[in-house]
Amino acid sequence: MIRVDNLNMHFGGIRAVDGASIEIAKGSITGLIGPNGAGKTTLFNVIAGHYTPTSGHVYLDGEDVTGLSPHELFHQGLLRTFQIAHEFSTLTVRENLMMVPDNQPGETLWDTWFKSGTVRAREAEVRAKADEVIEFLEISHVANELAGNLSGGQKKLLELGRTMMVDAKIVFLDEVGAGVNRTLLNTIGDAILRLNRERGYTFCMIEHDMDFIGRLCDPVIVMAEGKVLTVGKPDEVMANEAVIEAYLGRGLKNKPQRGVTA
Amino acid sequence: MTDILNALVLLSNFVLIPALSYGSQLALGALGVTLIYAVLRFSNFAHGDMMALGTMATIMITWGLHAMGVSFGPLPTALLALPFGILIAMAVALVTDRAVYRFYRKQRSAPVVFVMASVGVMFMYNAITRIFIGTGDQRFADGERFVLKVNEFKELTGLDQGLAIRTSQLITVVVMVAVVAFVFWFLQKTRTGKAMRAYSDNEDLALLSGINPDRVVRITWILAAALATIAGVLYGLDKSFRPFVYFQLLLPIFASAIVGGIGQPLGAIAGGFIVAFSEVMVTYAWKGFITLIVPADMAPEGLVQLLGTDYKFAVSFIILVVVLLVRPTGIFKGRVI
Ligand SMILES: Nc1ncnc2c1ncn2[C@@H]1O[C@H](COP(=O)(O)OP(=O)(O)O)[C@@H](O)[C@H]1O
Ligand SMILES: [Mg+2]
Repeated sequence: MIRVDNLNMHFGGIRAVDGASIEIAKGSITGLIGPNGAGKTTLFNVIAGHYTPTSGHVYLDGEDVTGLSPHELFHQGLLRTFQIAHEFSTLTVRENLMMVPDNQPGETLWDTWFKSGTVRAREAEVRAKADEVIEFLEISHVANELAGNLSGGQKKLLELGRTMMVDAKIVFLDEVGAGVNRTLLNTIGDAILRLNRERGYTFCMIEHDMDFIGRLCDPVIVMAEGKVLTVGKPDEVMANEAVIEAYLGRGLKNKPQRGVTA
Repeated sequence: MTDILNALVLLSNFVLIPALSYGSQLALGALGVTLIYAVLRFSNFAHGDMMALGTMATIMITWGLHAMGVSFGPLPTALLALPFGILIAMAVALVTDRAVYRFYRKQRSAPVVFVMASVGVMFMYNAITRIFIGTGDQRFADGERFVLKVNEFKELTGLDQGLAIRTSQLITVVVMVAVVAFVFWFLQKTRTGKAMRAYSDNEDLALLSGINPDRVVRITWILAAALATIAGVLYGLDKSFRPFVYFQLLLPIFASAIVGGIGQPLGAIAGGFIVAFSEVMVTYAWKGFITLIVPADMAPEGLVQLLGTDYKFAVSFIILVVVLLVRPTGIFKGRVI
């Protein structure tokens, strides 16, 4: 589904991504782990079109999509969430969700005035969809709350909710589980599994919580210093010498542990 | 008692009504500047000359209508020409965006680069306007001049002081209210308006939603061009049209936008009135008013005018400096749009 070929992303002298090649199979939930500063978020940013890579290519379903804008990639079904949750703070939760689907007729001035019937009909559809998502994520009580007032965990849920508003092919989740309490984490985990099974979403997720990864992901890609270290089943990579080395090299505090969410 | 009434009438005639109408014009101008700032994230120095250009187009069309023998009864013919002037201004704004600003957006240039580009655009608009209509003063208000004449008012009330309301002043306030109501409805209720707010709030996220950034940018320019032309035509009807004066209007307009908190539509409106009232009150000669309300022996000898009208722009300048020093976020601090 996604193939990243010898990708380099340099910021001045910093080689944030340094010749990484990865492959994400259709229908998989692929984990992406690695110590802080390994280049995981940067890799996501390049794949999602925020940065044009220094060199290398990104293929989506075999098609070269390197250098397309985030908007164009969204259009092709490639969605992502942010490590630090983003939201439209002056819109309500429901409005945030309703913002997502593209090419709604209400977007042009012409349609707004001269095809108000079509606009209203489509808006009702999108609203129903948003309510479905709100139901699914069990956040009905804050549906009309301004998104800026949500708690950190609720914002993460909203991020996930955005990806459910359209039929995504592949969703990149950047630490959706970070800073989220156990109960909410389970809700998020269940939602990801359901989306994967029922709607055929492919996921690629950056996480630090090994329990969470063990439950959801196969395979797991390990990155360190901009390079791909190894790929394998969660247990395999955890037992891998090079992986332990990479984490230890960075000091014990970044060692992946069971039961640590951050 | 009648002295007090006379004093109030005097104040209404020379301060309240002129400041209301001038404030409306500034508010519309500042609203355009603020929308551009909120969505495109730069201060558009070409806004004053966009006003001039749109007004110039409207005046030329008005002359064309006159030549065809068309008039608008008691209302100024320019109101008939206004929609066409707006369309021309929109076209110019969209072409400018495509030719100039889009390039810098692609480059992800810093805001200051956009500001400098807008200075260039300003000179260009400036030149275009002067080529077509020259640098001189143009008066293009026709139709009925007054809604309420001084004599009529005196007869009606029996007061010594007169009150006049010019058609252009009434039109200005009515149009301002309608346009502002429309813009707020648009931003709050329509999908396009919400998309603009969303884009302004969080561009990264907007790009990852269904929001088409090109469309949002286009609509912002369309709104800004319409607001600029409306503000310019109203100002021209009320006073007169001279390209250089419109360029100078940039100062009170930016003062208005910044006083209210740049990027905030509500702030732009409030700012417009704050600046207009300050300017009119500071340059008004209070002698007549004070004479009416104090005992005869305390009547002032001088004009009691704080600042000559020649220096009226100093008022905006002072407001601007004070706000930037004391409360740079403006009075309506907080989120943009
Ligand atoms: N926009 C940027 N400019 C300069 N350096 C950056 C930028 N983005 C990331 N980096 C650097 O790239 C490296 C990798 O960062 P990141 O991808 O965020 O790591 P991770 O998500 O794996 O923790 C870090 O050293 C970071 O400082
Ligand atoms: Mg990261």
